[in-house]
Amino acid sequence: MKIVACIKYSLDASEVKVDAASKELKMAGVPYKVGVIDKHVLEMAVSLQEAYGGTVHAITVGPVSAKESFREALAMGLEEVVLIENPLEGQVAPDVTAVVLAEAIQKLGDVDLVVCGEVSDDGFTYQVPPRLAEALNMPLISFARTAAIENGRLVADRDLEDSVQTVSVPLPALISVVEESNTPRRPTLLEAMKAKKKPVNIWNVETDLGLSAADLQQKAALEKVSAEGVVVHRKRQILKGDDLNALSNELVDLLLADHILEGGA
Amino acid sequence: MDEFDVVIVGAGPAGATAAYLCANAGLSVVVIERGQQPGSKNVSGGLIYAQIYDEIFPNFWKDAPVERTITGHSVVFLGDTAATALDYRAEASAPHYNAFSVLRAKFDPWLAAQAEAAGAMVMPGFTVDELIVENGRVCGVKAGGDELRAQVVVVAEGTRSQLLKQAGLREAYSPKDVSIGIKEIIQLPEQTITDRFQCLSADEGAAYTLVGHTGGVQGGGFIYSNRDTLSLGVVAKIDSVYKSKKQPHEILDEFKSHPFVARLIHGGEVVEYSAQTVHRGGFHLIPQLYGDGYVVAGSAARLLLNNVMTLRGMDVAVASAAAAAKAVIEASGKGDFSAAGLASYEEYFKATSVYKDMQTFKNVYPLLENDRLFSTYPDMVCAIMEDMFSVQLQPGKKGYRALRDRMKDHDVSLLNLAKDVYQIGRGVAL
Ligand SMILES: Cc1cc2nc3c(=O)[nH]c(=O)nc-3n(C[C@H](O)[C@H](O)[C@H](O)COP(=O)(O)OP(=O)(O)OC[C@H]3O[C@@H](n4cnc5c(N)ncnc54)[C@H](O)[C@@H]3O)c2cc1C
Repeated sequence: MKIVACIKYSLDASEVKVDAASKELKMAGVPYKVGVIDKHVLEMAVSLQEAYGGTVHAITVGPVSAKESFREALAMGLEEVVLIENPLEGQVAPDVTAVVLAEAIQKLGDVDLVVCGEVSDDGFTYQVPPRLAEALNMPLISFARTAAIENGRLVADRDLEDSVQTVSVPLPALISVVEESNTPRRPTLLEAMKAKKKPVNIWNVETDLGLSAADLQQKAALEKVSAEGVVVHRKRQILKGDDLNALSNELVDLLLADHILEGGA
Repeated sequence: MDEFDVVIVGAGPAGATAAYLCANAGLSVVVIERGQQPGSKNVSGGLIYAQIYDEIFPNFWKDAPVERTITGHSVVFLGDTAATALDYRAEASAPHYNAFSVLRAKFDPWLAAQAEAAGAMVMPGFTVDELIVENGRVCGVKAGGDELRAQVVVVAEGTRSQLLKQAGLREAYSPKDVSIGIKEIIQLPEQTITDRFQCLSADEGAAYTLVGHTGGVQGGGFIYSNRDTLSLGVVAKIDSVYKSKKQPHEILDEFKSHPFVARLIHGGEVVEYSAQTVHRGGFHLIPQLYGDGYVVAGSAARLLLNNVMTLRGMDVAVASAAAAAKAVIEASGKGDFSAAGLASYEEYFKATSVYKDMQTFKNVYPLLENDRLFSTYPDMVCAIMEDMFSVQLQPGKKGYRALRDRMKDHDVSLLNLAKDVYQIGRGVAL
C-alpha cells in the first residue's frame, strides 16, 4: 500500500502576539514548524503502514528553508519527504495548495491512501482535504478518529461532535484526521539517526509538476480584508460574603440576567 | 548496535567545538543535545571573548551570527538612586576584535553547523539519561530509549552536569560554589540601542557590568547590547539568594528599577525570561578532567572565570574542549582511551591562556563573598561622588574628609576598608 501524508510547515500560532494599542498582529520573528495536527497525520499514516504494509511518503508545499524541519517526521518512519517549493510569495491559498498537492500525488503514482489533517495549525481554512479529494476524484472521509482497511475498503469513525459515524469507502481514498485520533510516537535516538540519511526531495511546480506558476499566482488572488486582535472585555465582578448559598444564588441570577444560563424559576 | 569513536553530550560551545575538532580529524562523532535545537535551552549573558574562538574558527565573526562588536566596557556602581561608572571605550574596532555580543539561540546552531559540516552527526531533541559504565570504564550513553556505545564520551553538558556524579565518577558540587543567572532579553529599536549606548553604528555595542542594587545579595548585574535587543541579568550566589528569601525575579526587578538601569531599558519589551545555575568557577575548583573512557569540558567541569570585570564561560569552554579534543585524537591514534591514554588533556589544558588566567585571578574569590562590596561600597562611592560634585551653601570638604564622613554613615571602619582594599588589590589588581 502506498500512503501519502500531507503535512504543513506552519506558523506557530501560539507565538503570535497582538499589539495592545493598534491590535495589529505582530508576525515578525514568529517561528514556523511542522504543525501539531501534522504529527497526528504522520502517526495515522505510519500506523496504517505498519498494519497493512507498504510505504509512507510525506508531501508538503513550503519554503526550501524548511528542509531541516522534517527530521523528526522522517524519523517517525517515512520513506521520504517531498518538499514542493512554494511558487508564490507568502501564504498559499487553499485552492492552490490542493491543485499542487493533487499534481504531486499523481506524479508519485499508484497512491492508495492520502492522509491529511482536518485543518492546518495556522490557516484554519478546513478546505484542503475536500478540495484535494475533488481534484483527485477520490472519496473523502473527514474528521476521522480511527482508520482501518477491511476487505480492500477504508473504514473509519468520523467525529461529528455529538456523535460518531462509522463509514467505509473504496480505495484509493482520502482521509482527514482530528487531533484526538492518536498519540504521535516519539522517535528513538537510533531512529532519528537513521532518518538523517533519508531524503527531503525538493520539487519545483513548473519543472517537476508541469504547472504554471503564473496561473497559480492568478488563482491565488486572495484578498485580505483584515486581521487584527480582538479585545475581550471582562466584567471583573467579584461577589463577596460568607454565606455560600446566598453567593451562589447571586451568581446564578447574574448569569441568568446575562443569558449565559437559561431557565425559569 | 552502532558504535562511534566519540559520543558528545551537549551541543554548547564546549560540545560543538570538541565535535568539530574530532570530526575534522576523521573520527566518527555523534553529539546528543537536549534542546529541540542547539542553543534553545541555553542561558548566557552573551559576551564572547573572541580570541580563543578565532583560533579554532578563524574570522568566525564574518560568518557567525554575532550581534554587535563590543567596543565599550563599563563598570558601574549602583548606589541607592545614583550611579558611578568607570567607562572604557575603544576607539577603533577592527580585527582582532576583543568581544562580541551573541544570542545563544542563534549562535549555538551556527557552532553545531560547523561541527556537522566537518562530519559530526548532531542529534538535537534527545537527552542523555545516563552514562554506560562497565568495570569503572565509560563505554557510551543511554539516550532516547537507546544505547549508544563509543570509544570515548565527551561530557559537555553544561552547569547542571549530573551524569558523572550519577555514575559515581565525581563528588557532588557544593551549593556554595554555585550561582544563579537570571536573565531577560529586552527588545528595543536598533537605532535606540545605538544611541543609548553611544555607539557610532549598529555594528558596535557596549557591555556594562554593574555592582550594587541587587537586593543585598552577593552578585552583579550585566547589560549587553545586541542588535535590537538587550541582554540584561543578574548573576548571584545561590546561598545568598536563598538567605535573602527573595525570588529570582524579585532580585531582577529590583535591579531593573534602579534609575540608571531603567533609563537604558526604558520603552523596551521583555521578550524572554530565563534562569540557569552557573558555576563560580575558580582555580581551586578545577576538578579531575578525565577518566577511563571519558573527558569532561566546559561548564560541566565548572570551568569558568569571573574576575568581576569579565565573566568568561564560553571561551573557557571552547579552550578546554579544544584541549580535550587534542587528547582524544591522540588517544585514538594510540588506540588507548583509558585514563592514562587521555591524560594529556590536563597537560594541554594547563598550557592554555585560560588556565593561566584562572590561576592569575585565583584570589578574586574571597572578594565575591564580601558583602560590603555588593551593598555598602557602591552606595558609599556614589555618596562621595555626590559630595564632590554638589555645591552647597555649607562649606564643602576635600576628598578624604568626604570619604571619612561617608564611611561613618555607612558603618565602615578604617580597618575594614584597608582589608577590603587589600582584598580587591590581591584579587584583580596586584
Ligand atoms: C546568566 C548568565 C550569563 C553568562 N554570561 C556569560 C558571558 O557573558 N560570557 C561568557 O563567556 N559566559 C557567560 N556565562 C557562562 C556561559 O554561559 C557558560 O560558561 C557556557 O555556556 C558553557 O558552555 P558549555 O558548552 O560548557 O555548556 P552549555 O553552554 O551549558 O551547553 C551544554 C549543552 O548541553 C545540553 N545538555 C545538558 N544536559 C544534557 C543531557 N543530559 N543530554 C543532552 N544534552 C544535554 C544543554 O542543552 C546545552 O546545550 C553566563 C552564564 C549565565 C547563566
